[in-house]
Amino acid sequence: MTFTRRTLLAAAAALTMAPIAAMAQDTIKIGEINHYKRMAAFAEPYKLGIELALTEINDAGGVLGKPLEFIYRDDQGDPAEAVKIAEELMTRDGAVMLTGSILSHVGLALSSFAAEKDYLYLAAEPLADSLVWSSGNPNTFRLRASTWIQAAMLAEEAAKTDAIRYATIAPNYAYGQDAVAAFKANLKKLKPEVEFVAEQWPALFKIDAGAEVQAIERAKPDAIYNVTFGTDLAKLVREGGDRGLFDDRKVYGLLSGEPEYLEPLGDEAPEGWFVTGYPWYGFDEGTPEQAFVDAYMAATGESPKIGSLVGYLNAKSIAAAIEKAGATDTASLIAAFEGLEIPDTPIGVLSYREIDNQSTMGAYVGTLALQDGKGVMVDWTYNSPDGYMPTDEEIKAMRPAE
Amino acid sequence: MAFFFAQFLTGLANASSLFLVASGLSLIFGVTRIVNFAHGSLYMLGAFIGVTLMNVLPGTVGFWAAILLTGLAVGAIGAFVEMVVLRPIYRAPELFQLVATFGVILVIQDLALMIWGAEDRMGPRAPGLRGVWRIFGEPVPKYDLVIIAITPFILFALWYLITKTRVGVLVRAATQDREMVGALGVNQAWLFTGVFALGSALAGWGGALQLPKGGADLLMDFNIIGAVFVVVVIGGMGSLPGAFIAAVLISVLNVFGVTYLPQSTLVLMFVVMAVVLIIRPYGLLGREEVAGEHGQVGAPETPIRPYGPLGQAMVAGLLLLLVVLPFFADRFMLILLIDMVVFALFAASLHFILGTGGLVSFGHAAFFGGGAYAAALLVYHLETPMEIAFLFAPFAAGLLALGIGWFCIRLSGVYFAMLTLAFSQLVWSMAYQWRDLTGGDDGLVNIWPSSWLGETTPFYYFTLAFGIGGILVLRHIIHSPFGYALRAGRDSPRQAEAMGINVKRVQHAAFAMAGVMAGLAGGIFVFSKGSVFPTELEIGASFDALIVVFLGGVKTLAGGVVGAGFMTVVEDWLTRLEYWRLLLGLVIIAVVIIAPEGIVGTLRSRWAKFRGHNEETVK
Repeated sequence: MTFTRRTLLAAAAALTMAPIAAMAQDTIKIGEINHYKRMAAFAEPYKLGIELALTEINDAGGVLGKPLEFIYRDDQGDPAEAVKIAEELMTRDGAVMLTGSILSHVGLALSSFAAEKDYLYLAAEPLADSLVWSSGNPNTFRLRASTWIQAAMLAEEAAKTDAIRYATIAPNYAYGQDAVAAFKANLKKLKPEVEFVAEQWPALFKIDAGAEVQAIERAKPDAIYNVTFGTDLAKLVREGGDRGLFDDRKVYGLLSGEPEYLEPLGDEAPEGWFVTGYPWYGFDEGTPEQAFVDAYMAATGESPKIGSLVGYLNAKSIAAAIEKAGATDTASLIAAFEGLEIPDTPIGVLSYREIDNQSTMGAYVGTLALQDGKGVMVDWTYNSPDGYMPTDEEIKAMRPAE
Repeated sequence: MAFFFAQFLTGLANASSLFLVASGLSLIFGVTRIVNFAHGSLYMLGAFIGVTLMNVLPGTVGFWAAILLTGLAVGAIGAFVEMVVLRPIYRAPELFQLVATFGVILVIQDLALMIWGAEDRMGPRAPGLRGVWRIFGEPVPKYDLVIIAITPFILFALWYLITKTRVGVLVRAATQDREMVGALGVNQAWLFTGVFALGSALAGWGGALQLPKGGADLLMDFNIIGAVFVVVVIGGMGSLPGAFIAAVLISVLNVFGVTYLPQSTLVLMFVVMAVVLIIRPYGLLGREEVAGEHGQVGAPETPIRPYGPLGQAMVAGLLLLLVVLPFFADRFMLILLIDMVVFALFAASLHFILGTGGLVSFGHAAFFGGGAYAAALLVYHLETPMEIAFLFAPFAAGLLALGIGWFCIRLSGVYFAMLTLAFSQLVWSMAYQWRDLTGGDDGLVNIWPSSWLGETTPFYYFTLAFGIGGILVLRHIIHSPFGYALRAGRDSPRQAEAMGINVKRVQHAAFAMAGVMAGLAGGIFVFSKGSVFPTELEIGASFDALIVVFLGGVKTLAGGVVGAGFMTVVEDWLTRLEYWRLLLGLVIIAVVIIAPEGIVGTLRSRWAKFRGHNEETVK
């Protein structure tokens, strides 16, 4: 039994190592853990974004004179599996740091693991605020803009209208609840007289859209804050559109403008919603934003998603950090990430704040419109997170590990 | 009033897809006794094939033709699956097919990803049915009313087929007495294939008909399967009208739940199921299972006895190897073995009630995750020292099992399985939604062991001591008089009662012991990973344990442990590859077909044959 197991493992190792060994004997390896199967729609563009960045980095000579390489592993969306793989990547495969994850709970598990074993983990996509705040630790950095600031940007826009009565609809799990809480807190601060007259909490990806629409309509709100995404969003848009829920009401949609969610809606994209997203079709020629879109389309033949941008920035951040550190041990890398600045990215200067290890990646906000039978964001702006973050004192109070 | 009526209609419209899928599952179960876990995958295939066909076929005729063709296509796929995967294993132990259908799920998931890509597809509108009609002033989508009207026709057609036609007579006869139908000269194999194809076609239609209200995505299979099982169980396994009533009940309740208890949407369905099963154990229109109906297929089991000198020497050798391993293995090998031992203890605890007790629990993760959460909560909220929190894990899980077991033990067979599933879903939804206590799906993090166990090697020995220790304790109990009483209750409850064994009490005690051991595994687990999430309580976690027990061999002593070892290694190996789900599914199906008694069972009979005396000939 044990003999077979060892043989199997050896064979497996040989099988996976073979192409790597052929490519380069001496590379700097990054352990990338993601839900490639469970969340293929998000993970694939993300991986393509990484690959594009890696090509650019390695064509320019790599980092510290060596090629940079990502080892991609699938965790099935299971945090325990992710922790196991992380251990293998760091102890057996020779990775110098960990990155990845879209789901917040996997991100939190990896973050706790990194702190315990003293590895560096760059959380790519998980949005949970607790990742850098209440559960934050010195070993974890996070790239994507948090739920809090995206909700704050929508709340800022909502406060400009005379709507008083709000209804919210969000998937019934941690992310949805955080997103509603953040919107409420920010909006109440800007406009104390608003009231929340209905809160709907469909189970994630199991929305009963007809019933949800009826329930919201019954509360007769002035405006709606919507956090649903994926198939839940599609069903909500269809039922709500048919039943007239969105007529004469402002709707604020977290993430609804991201190509991942907007494209499947086709010509049913809800016009007039104010959303966060990624308007890759609307950049001016000659901007770094457009250059990234062109490069991505040339390399992959597909239009970019927000995940593509995150993947690209992820690999660029890591390369910059290793260059700055001049070494690949955890302590040097952490020191390098603290206050790291990457000057030329598609979104301008990207840096990592020392106070909470959060990057300064912002978010695009704008209004949805239909063009040629497709939903697009119009009148959009790119907002940096400055001014939407809690104060430094509040953040310090939230981070127990420092 | 108008509002209530509109809500009722919404519920009815939602019920139609659910009914179609559930009726297919119910039909398949009623005739073939297969719990087709892959039924959700057939529903997903229906949605994807439907979308594809609708994009090709134009107009109103094209839309409805696409739906019709989708059903036929999925029916054909179902027939293929039945013939290739399930037909070879009808003689395998009860519920073994479950494992095969799990393999089918994995294969279909990867094939669907390959064929249709990762992006969600929004369903096309039904031509001419865009928009709403107003009923008492409330807007009701036109398509909702159309599918509300279609469903009773399908119910009627199925009812006619089953009760009025010759095929139906044969199908019903096969439900009652399979062997007699065979004796009368009916080709059972084709009857089964036909029923499986029809059930699959119904799932396909369910997937295609819901397209204008939703779409096709790769998570559909798991998203519907829970609800479908609930409907089938509430209605009574095998009853079509029961499935209809249950689908309507669940859907309408859910609509009102959305309005009045918006936070409860996850748990409501399973509460209804638990209540129905406690009041009416066989579902609304189900029949009580005749004792022995599912009877043990194949030869009766030979009595268990302790390993002979050779077996003992091999186990001792293996243990010795595990003990000296840290001196030459790398760190990750130890990590992998920790995972393996934890999983093996979890599987062994399920195997204990399943193999020896004949109690197939579909919700065993409640005790594994329950134990993990119990320890984690103490550490997280009360900063309890790791050692005390760890000991609390099996204790809390045992209490939980004692409570849940009190309700479940009264049932048997599939209904027992389903009630355990309902309770584990209740536990899961509590962990998922009671955020102040459990952190919801953000889980509880930073639950690391004390510093003396912080390094991998000490934790490895810690795991060996408690994990292997737990497994040995379970084995010891199986060989004790208590174990024999448990077995007697499984094989012949009446005779066991006549001998003075209180079968239900013995089973209840065994259930609690299994809970204790699963909780112990959960305790080790939480400190090895440093965190716990509701994932550990999900249906999937329960099924992982079930699958390895069946894969290892139910009617063996080492089944759970060997199955867990096999699965951990194969998964660890395959997940490195791009299409690992496809490969894993194929591996599972291959093992199922080659080794229908499970890995250990098959090895044992090979060994017996090799030794020249075949114990299985004792008939």
